Amino acid sequence: MSSELHDLYQEVILDHNKRPRNFGTLEDADRSAAGHNPLCGDRLTVHLKLDNDGVSEVSFEGSGCAISKASASIMTDAVKGKSRDEIEHLFREFHTLLTGDPSVREKASAELGKLAVFEGVREFPIRVKCATLPWHTLKAALDGRKDAATTE
Amino acid sequence: MPGRRNRSGGEVMTVARNREETAGAEAGRPAFDVASVRAQFPALSLEVYGKPLVYLDSAASAQKPSAVLDAEMRCYREFYANVHRGVHYLSIAATAAYEGARSKVQALLNAPSARDIVFVRGTTEGINLVASTYGRQHVRQDDEVLVTTMEHHSNIVPWQMLCEATGGVLRVVPIDDDGALIMDEFFALLSDRTKIVAVGHVSNALGTINPVGSIVDAAHSYGAKVLIDGAQAVPHMAVDVQALDCDFYTFSGHKAFGPTGIGALYGKGELLRSMPPYEGGGEMISSVTFEKTEFREPPARFEAGTPNIAGAIALGAVVDFLDDLGYEAIGAHEEDLLSYATAMLEAVPGLTLVGTAERKAGVLSFLIDGVHAHDVGTIVDREGVAIRVGHHCAQPVMDRFGIAATARASLALYNTREDIDRLVEALGKVKEVFG
Ligand SMILES: Cc1ncc(COP(=O)(O)O)c(C=O)c1O
Repeated sequence: MSSELHDLYQEVILDHNKRPRNFGTLEDADRSAAGHNPLCGDRLTVHLKLDNDGVSEVSFEGSGCAISKASASIMTDAVKGKSRDEIEHLFREFHTLLTGDPSVREKASAELGKLAVFEGVREFPIRVKCATLPWHTLKAALDGRKDAATTE
Repeated sequence: MPGRRNRSGGEVMTVARNREETAGAEAGRPAFDVASVRAQFPALSLEVYGKPLVYLDSAASAQKPSAVLDAEMRCYREFYANVHRGVHYLSIAATAAYEGARSKVQALLNAPSARDIVFVRGTTEGINLVASTYGRQHVRQDDEVLVTTMEHHSNIVPWQMLCEATGGVLRVVPIDDDGALIMDEFFALLSDRTKIVAVGHVSNALGTINPVGSIVDAAHSYGAKVLIDGAQAVPHMAVDVQALDCDFYTFSGHKAFGPTGIGALYGKGELLRSMPPYEGGGEMISSVTFEKTEFREPPARFEAGTPNIAGAIALGAVVDFLDDLGYEAIGAHEEDLLSYATAMLEAVPGLTLVGTAERKAGVLSFLIDGVHAHDVGTIVDREGVAIRVGHHCAQPVMDRFGIAATARASLALYNTREDIDRLVEALGKVKEVFG
């Protein structure tokens, strides 16, 4: 198998794809938003419970490719208990990891912790949207937008 | 044109039932030699990721043979000028070539007259043209337009827009679990309110070949007109619009080994003559004053502005290319390939084919247990195998089968059994990654 494929489908990603964390609805969610990738038809919903300025609980549902599912799973783990500012910062760094040039990527990677496993996606530009769909959807939920976030 | 069948012979599909009968032997034609066919397509010798390319995405767009590429280039180099408006040498030469291409497309579809062939950008424009001219003229409040569940979005959305504008109603003929039209439901949906039936000849998502001949007959008995979306048929099978008796037939050049941005719409002469223009502009008028404009006769009426001259000429070269090979031989080759591919894919553990109608052209949509189509596409791509993944612009088909996406391998005349073997091998890598 090519090393790029290996970097894309890392064990951690395959594991989260198979056994997604925080998967399902969320009782008494304060916010929910749906996301849609028109390119592949993937749909995903993120549910949130808010606590002051932060996310106290979060879950997701939907169907998607391994990259989007694992991204949603790892994202939900990563943002739980974080403030809105922290989450937005993470999203920016995540985006940099996938699309930024090498000079800024290293710093991003260091700050992202487990989320850094998605670095391999950068070799597959067409799949960047798969990895960011859950984040766009989360952001829509935080902004109180119910209707579909899209990757377009 | 070889291999045309009469009306009762079915939907002008000339895939040979008995290969020995036709493959190569017919009319002294040399046998279909796929290696020499492939040699005519420069893109087929590309390498991707250090591996020889396997191109299994022709339903999205087909590769181009040198003869077609050369025809377009020759037009620009040797006889290019605007058409229909010059008295000078080059314009006269370009006009002759452009109109010559129209006659070739006429022959391809066996249309009664070259005047019945309108050059358009592609299938999408062909359908929009009919919806916004004939459709606007004839569909009134509560009138019905019939489409099928398996239509490409381009054969749904223009009719939806038409119905929204006119108060018409869009009705949908369902499909069964194999992806075949449920004809009884179609007959039941037909009524005096049906004004237009718009149906694909071959489904791009499922490969189903629709019984368009019977559809035309039944629709006509209610006075409805029929538009056939031939985007996925023309690359594979002979089409005879007179035998079909369809009212409109449209296809895209780029799926039939021609350039992008050119296609054709056939319409029955008396219908085209009765239709208002589609777009206004130069070329389509016979006189303009600020009080009133007189429109020209078809096809000029529907070709406003400077057309895709070189594209049309290259489309003419496509007709020659297909004629040289012969649809009989193409059909026999593709039928063999389709049954081989079907058997090979069915033997892949965890693979399910979506679209298993009895009459099919070279489309293999499939699912792999536990692996999303998008991941399948990425992995086989790295093995040098190009397939398409997603909803294939046919979301209602995906909804019908309760899925979001499929992986789709689509075949064309230049594909081989080795291509299928490479696909199956690449699917092995999917298993390797996902366990
Ligand atoms: C069945 C069918 N109809 C219509 C179209 C639209 O063709 P075009 O995009 O060339 O206008 C396609 C292309 O995917 C198709 O497969």
